[in-house]
Amino acid sequence: MTNLSMTFAATALILVVFLLIVRFDRRPGEKRVKFFTRNGVIVGLYLILCVGFWCILTIIMPMVFMVDLSFHPKLPPSMAGGPEDVFTLVNYRMFLFGSATSTDQLNWLHLRSFFSTIGISIGLTFLNFAVCYPIAYYMAQSASIPRLRLLVLLLIIPYWVNDILRAFAFRILLSYNGFMNNVLTWLGITDTPVDFIGANVALYLALVYSNLLIMIFPLYNAIEAQDHNQIEAARDLGAPWWHIHLFVVMPQAKPGIASGMTLSFMLMAGAIATPLVLAGPRSLWFTPIIYDRFYQLFDWPQGAAYAMALLVACIVFVLGVLKITGLKLGEITK
Amino acid sequence: MTGHMLNRTIVGLYFLSFFVFLLGPLVVMGVSAFNTSTYPRVWPIDGVTLHWFEALASDATLLEGLRTSVVIGFWVVVISVPLALAGAIVMTQLFRSAKSFYYFVVVAPILTPGIIIGIATVVFWRDFSGLIGLRAHLYNGTVLTVLAQSSFISSYCMLIIMARLQRFDLALEEAALDLGASYSQVFRDILLPFLRPALLSSAVLAFLTSFENYNATTFAILADKTLTTVLAARVRSGTSPTISALATVIVILTIVATLVFEWIKRREDRRRAVRLSAARAEEAAELAGP
Repeated sequence: MTNLSMTFAATALILVVFLLIVRFDRRPGEKRVKFFTRNGVIVGLYLILCVGFWCILTIIMPMVFMVDLSFHPKLPPSMAGGPEDVFTLVNYRMFLFGSATSTDQLNWLHLRSFFSTIGISIGLTFLNFAVCYPIAYYMAQSASIPRLRLLVLLLIIPYWVNDILRAFAFRILLSYNGFMNNVLTWLGITDTPVDFIGANVALYLALVYSNLLIMIFPLYNAIEAQDHNQIEAARDLGAPWWHIHLFVVMPQAKPGIASGMTLSFMLMAGAIATPLVLAGPRSLWFTPIIYDRFYQLFDWPQGAAYAMALLVACIVFVLGVLKITGLKLGEITK
Repeated sequence: MTGHMLNRTIVGLYFLSFFVFLLGPLVVMGVSAFNTSTYPRVWPIDGVTLHWFEALASDATLLEGLRTSVVIGFWVVVISVPLALAGAIVMTQLFRSAKSFYYFVVVAPILTPGIIIGIATVVFWRDFSGLIGLRAHLYNGTVLTVLAQSSFISSYCMLIIMARLQRFDLALEEAALDLGASYSQVFRDILLPFLRPALLSSAVLAFLTSFENYNATTFAILADKTLTTVLAARVRSGTSPTISALATVIVILTIVATLVFEWIKRREDRRRAVRLSAARAEEAAELAGP
């Protein structure tokens, strides 16, 4: 079976399941207006064509195709769909155990990179939260309106500078002969310049920097919805400040916290611009490894399998956040 | 009292260091754009020059990348906003599990790393464009990038439009239908004008997001070049103050755009306030009338 027919079959299945749900999941006795009666023919067609194109051709089919491709061997185009084009786990085998000729037990290089990328992204996400929480809290509960507007302006400016330029700014700031080292030596704090890039400090700082706004806005929205009287009441009843944040503000702001954390994690683990510009010689972020499968080795099925590993990690993270917080998907993607 | 003072000092210091962290790197980069030194640095200042900005204006590769980025941004807006509008309207007409199912599909692109969207788009359209016999037209970097970016930018736009749609009064629609309007008239004359602000802001957001995107673009762009991919290649091969100059231009444009946007918003707020108080005064006059 070729890749495409498999994809068509899976997509058709998803569509049928969806239509069945629409048809049968209703309360007994509930009356529904027919789609074209409700919208008219022209608007109805517009809705179906657009949503169909968007969901099927740009979301579902590419994703299904990528999953399917990751289970196929690398073949020249002439042999695709031929007898050699079989279902195989060879690409995942490569990720876990290395190539068939490797003598190592596991593919340590790639596995270590994968798990350190995930682990460091989780750590940086918490750091990002810790940095942003006070700012968001102040903006939501204490700032006057003119000051709030000023803060939002200041926050937005770095956000529209693209990832590459942000990383570049950090390189100027933190390189061996960079501004930070000039300042440190001038102040007499160090005699020899510090290698910020080699130690990955530059990479981690830039990753947090890029995601500040992604964290602050959901937090701000969630904390802003909180009634200030509750905080006053807790204070009057003698709660220490950290009690107020931990047991009054944060439980209410849970959807915002979950949303900021999820997006921030996903953008860090999936970041490719920042690691390309700032990774030190000893760091191996996972995304450049995926990129190399595609455009250095030109082994697309293997690249697809590596991308799947990253995707699964992101899905597990989202599910984990939903499980821990007890929220629904709709509550964290507002 | 001293406790209060201490508190304020700590909060003040925290904000100060936060904004130094936020804006410091950009300022340092901006200053390096004016230094004569061929390596982008702030100190020592060898001399002040505008040379790097001139070099920028005559840099053919960068300008070509800029052009492609603008073209892609334009098409992303043209495609994403109608898709997002349709997506948001369909959301209001689905219920229960069907709605959750649909919601999951259209929000998934936001929660998926950009590089995965780029990869999936390229591998799928390589084969699919061949199947429908349009490979020569569809399988090129610009088209694929537009497709890849539209998939998740439409989701962002849909969330913006949905937020406004929630405040739509269905009675308006029913009234129009009762008065004999056709369905497409209701759509054109009532729903679209109501959604106008959301459509405009989603168009702006779509363009900006497309313009600064790198993750999905780097996979989907194939042999073409956008501003971000040209920049990435430059930054990797070595640093030059020209890049600082470009960043400075972008930062300044961002500041100007945000200020203009803020100014427009304030003007509208003020106008709305005036209209509201005028309407109230009229109402009061009517009530107090003969």
